[in-house]
This record gives sequence, C-alpha cells and structure tokens, in this order.
Amino acid sequence: MSQETTKEVWAISEQHEGKLRPVSFELLGIGKKLSEKLGEELAAVLIGNNVSDLAKPLTAYGADKVYLLEDELLRRYTPDGYTKALSELISNKKPSIVLFGATINGREFAPRVAARVQTGLTADCTGLDIDDEGRLVQIRPAFGGKLMAMIVCPQKRPQMASVRPNVMKKTDPDWSRKPKIERVDVNVGPEGIRTKILDIVKEVNPETIKVEEARIIVSGGRGLGSPENLKMIEDLAQVLGAAVGGSRAIVDAGWLPHHQQIGQTGKTVAPRLYMAIGISGAIQHLVGMQTSDIIIAINKDPEAPIFKVATFGIVGDLFQLVPAITESLRKAIAKKN
Amino acid sequence: MKIVVCVKQVPDVIELKIDPVTHTLIREGVPSILNPFDEFAVEEAIRIKEKHGGEVVVVTMGPQQAREALLKCLAMGADRAIHLTDRAFAGADTWATSYTLAQAIKRLEYDIIFCGKQAIDGDTAQVGPELAEHLRIPQIAGVKKVEVDPKNRKVIAHRETDEGYEIVESNLPVLLTAIKGLNEPRIPSIMGILSAKKKEIKVITAADLADDTSVFGLKGSPTQVLKVFTPEPRARGVVIQSRDPNEAARQLLELLASRRIISLEKEMEPQ
Repeated sequence: MSQETTKEVWAISEQHEGKLRPVSFELLGIGKKLSEKLGEELAAVLIGNNVSDLAKPLTAYGADKVYLLEDELLRRYTPDGYTKALSELISNKKPSIVLFGATINGREFAPRVAARVQTGLTADCTGLDIDDEGRLVQIRPAFGGKLMAMIVCPQKRPQMASVRPNVMKKTDPDWSRKPKIERVDVNVGPEGIRTKILDIVKEVNPETIKVEEARIIVSGGRGLGSPENLKMIEDLAQVLGAAVGGSRAIVDAGWLPHHQQIGQTGKTVAPRLYMAIGISGAIQHLVGMQTSDIIIAINKDPEAPIFKVATFGIVGDLFQLVPAITESLRKAIAKKN
Repeated sequence: MKIVVCVKQVPDVIELKIDPVTHTLIREGVPSILNPFDEFAVEEAIRIKEKHGGEVVVVTMGPQQAREALLKCLAMGADRAIHLTDRAFAGADTWATSYTLAQAIKRLEYDIIFCGKQAIDGDTAQVGPELAEHLRIPQIAGVKKVEVDPKNRKVIAHRETDEGYEIVESNLPVLLTAIKGLNEPRIPSIMGILSAKKKEIKVITAADLADDTSVFGLKGSPTQVLKVFTPEPRARGVVIQSRDPNEAARQLLELLASRRIISLEKEMEPQ
C-alpha cells in the first residue's frame, strides 16, 4: 500500500464473548498519544456480533470514533474471518497506523492482515513513539530481552504493530463523551472461513487472573518440593490479588498448566511485582520476567542467579518464610480495613 | 501426507552475551541450535509420516552454517531438505522471510506445512501466519495436538487460547504452528545421524526464485531496524539472610508499602 493515508490511528479492540480485553484500553491509551502527536483521529475497530454496547467504554477511554464490524460469522474469532473483515476496511480507509494487542489471537491474525495488505508489522512492542519525520518508531525486545530494537516502516502503509499487554498505560475514562459509531458492511461468507471450531474447552476459570494481565504474579519453582506445597503460593497470591505462575520445572512436572509457565517456552511478563519462590532463576526463566518493576526472590541458595535480578531477596527456608509473609499481609490488610 | 516443515537455526540465546563497550551481541563462541519450537514441528511431522506414510521435507533460509540445523532434522527422520541461501536473502524481516519461503514452497507439493510458533531469537511468531497468507492457505497457530484424517483430507487440531483451547478443523492443505506440549522431540540416533549425511540437501539461491532479487532480504523488507541498544541494567537490589521469618516478612511488607504495592497507612498511624 502507498504512502497516501487518511489521518487516522487505529486500535483493534479485542473482545471475547462480549467483554473487552484489558489490552484494548491500553491500545487506546498509547493510540491517543500517537494520534495527538500526529494531529490525527483515534479510531477503535470493534469486530464481533451484538457488541455495539462496547462503543461506549471505548469512547470513554479515548476513541474519537468506533468502526463497528458485526456479523454472526464474526461472533467468535477465526483467522480467516477477522483477516478478511479488517483487511478490506484497511484497504478502503487507509489508516496511517494500526495497533493490535499482542494476545494469542492478535498475534495470530495481525501477521495475516499484514501479509494481505502488504505492509510491515512489528511484533510485541513495548514502546511506541512518533519521530521528527512523523514515522511510527517501534521498540521491541529481541534475543530474550538482551537487546532492544528500534524499528520503522519507512515506505509501506499502514504502519502496523502488536503491543505487549500490561505495558502501555490507559487514560482516565471520560464517560461524558458520546460514541461516534460507523457501521461497516462486512462481506464474510461461510465459504470464506476455512477453519471450523468444533469445540471450545475452557481450562481457566474466568475469574482467575491471567499472568499476562496481572499487576502482581507469585511464581513457584522446584524448591517447593512437591505439588501439595503449591497451596502456599496460591494462598499468598490470593492475599495479594495476584496471578499464579511457575517455572518450567514445575510445569514439566505437571503441577501447573503450560499457560502459567513463565519463561522462554512459556509467557513473557512484566508486572509491577513479581515474586519468585523456590525458583533458582535459570536464564530461560529470567528472560520471561526480568523486566518486572519489582522482583522479590525467596530461595535457600544464596548463589541462586535469581538474586542477581531481585530488588529484594531473602535467603532462607521458604516453608517458614512464605506462611509468615502471607500471615503478615493478612493481618496488615485486616488492620487497614 | 506430504509435509513441509520450516525451520530456523538460532543462536542459543541463553549463551549470548553483550559486549560491554560496543553494546552489541557477541556471537563468537555462541553455539547455534535448531529453534526449539521447530523441533516440536519436525517431530510431529515425522510422527504423522510414521502413521500415515508420505514424505517430510524441511526448508530453511539462512547462511551456509544453517545446514547443520537441516542435518539435525534429517537425523531425526526427515526425508530431504531445502536450503535457501544467498546474500540477497540477508537482512530479511518477517514479511520478506515469509515471502521467500513461499516462493520456494509453492514449487513443492504439500498437504501440511508445519512451523514452530516462533523463533527464540526474534520471538515474533509472524512468519507462520504470513507464509500461510502468501500461499493463500488456512492456518491454525499454536497447536498442542494434531490428528490427521487423510481419507477426508482434514486435520483436527487443539489450538491454545487465553481460556484453554479450541478444537479446530481444517481441510488440507493447511499451515500449523507448533507450541510446547505438542510432543517430546526425539534425540537423533547414531543410525539417524549417519543416514542424514546421505540424504539430499538441495541448495536454492535468489536467482532460482526470481529474476529481480530486490524482492528478497533487506531490500524486500517493509520494516527497517534503525538501531539496537541494550536495555537499562537493573538497579542492584538488597539480599538479606533470614534468621527470623517474621522479621524478614516485616521488612518485605515495608518494601511493598514504600513501593505502593500494598498500603499500610492505618498501621502507620500513631496509637
């Protein structure tokens, strides 16, 4: 696609069963900053069916307008359906920038869209800005976070990026803003969707906090000794309102499901607080969590590499320490209330 | 089943160090490995072949030494390999990489294309879906179980989602990307390693794929890396020895309160 664009920055708003994912608001937060720098409008693109109610929160959190793409065939995400709907809209409207959440679905269909509209795409960005030439500057980690790369898309438009969840700040909502909805005709026929969802298996309680969206994560490792002791981690996480994660060792041992694994072959996270309990800190684990704001490590081995990245480390017996910490937190919170 | 597996040779990220002066990667002495996610893809392709018959062809794009990664796949049990290697391919972003792979693969017969979900050096997870789009075939990304039905020319795959997984069906041909949990990759046997040396590795250059080679590599890439830099090193933290768990817990709570993770305001009030 050529350089000719309309003056719009787009945030692809991901909804699941009628609920917006948190990253959708974060995209509007960063999208607002970029669009203001460019003097352009910020549009949310909402794909689904019977989701027009969501235009109100999207507007409150910064969208100047909402493109609404509704069809029964778009009720649930499919790569073919979502790629077709969005690619056609991009070709018609020619936005300057398109931002996706780097979620499981976002990272599956954003590249498909990029290949179809023949433009560049930068994955899992942790920083975005506009340079003096008005280009989108995209910052992302590579080599397990050992290097950061600064990337631009000089010729092709739109400039597309997926953005890591839990990194960008959302703005304070303004509920007085009235949604400006533009309904878009969707031409997705059943023959255009080549993968068929036969069944949906939910393994995660919808109330459970996901590690990639959590403000606090409490993770356990081999030092826990046996799966029953995971209960200590869960109790601490509950008091803190935290998600539970784990090292590869305990996921491979079957104590925790793979979607809770933190590290190279699991999830990369950067919460406000990361607590590593009984985790020695193999580099495969560190690459998945070392950009967390505060890291607390508890381990009996003073030489454990986890202490090199810890903000606060306690060398000691986790079986004594964790219950003591959980109990003090409980008391502190009870006292406050 | 004709199965094509796309693989990448990557530096063992674990061993990588940063030059403290130039802030660039020190590549010397860092072992190169077959991308771990691609191992799951190769293993699954071989298992499908063992069950249903057919052929497994591995394809890589990379410098001369990437041949080692192909040899490993052949030793695991792949039948033959294709090595896309040319200076014109260098510096490719995901768009140009997937485009180049597509130009080579569209000359082959295939029912299934397997990729690892992502490579551990770039971590983009973009080449698989972009390749599927260039070839105009359906995709299922992030699969942890695959069943092939050759008679009806279908696959049924378990695709990881944020909530669990979906059971997804697709007609062949299809592109699948593999995640951890799909299988336990085999370690090549001595016989496998010996037989790998006799298997075909076909070398393809840019001129074999297009008259105008500016569509490949850096020139064919929509995105450009302006610069690379090392992230700010973490500030050195405090490590204490715990003699009294309650005292350690008290210090920890103080830290959490000072960083506004928890609030202890009422407790701080004078009695």
